[in-house]
Amino acid sequence: MSSIPIEHGLVLSAILFAIGLIGVLTRRNIVFVLMSLEIMLNASGLAFIVAASRWGHAEGQVMFLMILTLAAAEVAVGLGLIIQMFRQFKTIDINVLSEMKG
Amino acid sequence: MIVLFYIAAVVAVIATIAVILQTNIVHALLYMVVSLLAIAVIFYVLGAPFAAVLEAIVYAGAIMVLFLFVIMMLNLGQHTRNEEKSWLTPRGWIGPSILSGILLAQLLSVMADLDQDIIPKQVGVMEVSALLFGPYVLAVELASILLLAGLVAAYHLAKPK
Repeated sequence: MSSIPIEHGLVLSAILFAIGLIGVLTRRNIVFVLMSLEIMLNASGLAFIVAASRWGHAEGQVMFLMILTLAAAEVAVGLGLIIQMFRQFKTIDINVLSEMKG
Repeated sequence: MIVLFYIAAVVAVIATIAVILQTNIVHALLYMVVSLLAIAVIFYVLGAPFAAVLEAIVYAGAIMVLFLFVIMMLNLGQHTRNEEKSWLTPRGWIGPSILSGILLAQLLSVMADLDQDIIPKQVGVMEVSALLFGPYVLAVELASILLLAGLVAAYHLAKPK
């Protein structure tokens, strides 16, 4: 047995994506929301690698690199926003942000 | 090698579930590192050693350390952990979990009748870099501009007033 059915890889990526989605929808701590977004991005990268591995191409790894870059830039901006939010509201509860009217 | 894939997959799923269930941010971060390393193992097994190394260095190394720095800067104490526990009520997570479960079931049903096998073949750094600096060189340049924009935005946003 030296082959993996492609479903197993894609199912793993779907499960990780769903867990990340639950995290985004459930958590009220903004750091956890950002971390769950990372999980979701990583799951989509895994799907790219699995698909590329099926065909023996390198394009999937190139797309993974792009996702990695996107994740790094997104985290930098997101963490900057979290620091600013903590300075202004003294909390990391995202429900507080709904008071930011106008 | 194939057994490694399944072991790493189980580790990744368990560690990822632990991430979203934790109340302590630092523990969640450590579970996240475990999950990312497990996914790096999966990349290696699937024949993508370059992606595996980048996953370990950039994701588990750089991005997680960035999170850690911010958590240390925020200096959240026990008080936040108790707050966090009171936020994680069943009323809050059952709805989203059911919706995500439906989405997952749909994805699984779409994938159920794929009948393809992966026979892992090493696709090394050379093939990837030949593509990166060949047809995808514009994408690489755009990625560098995106990173620069992220740097400037992060500096500007986190600057004290």
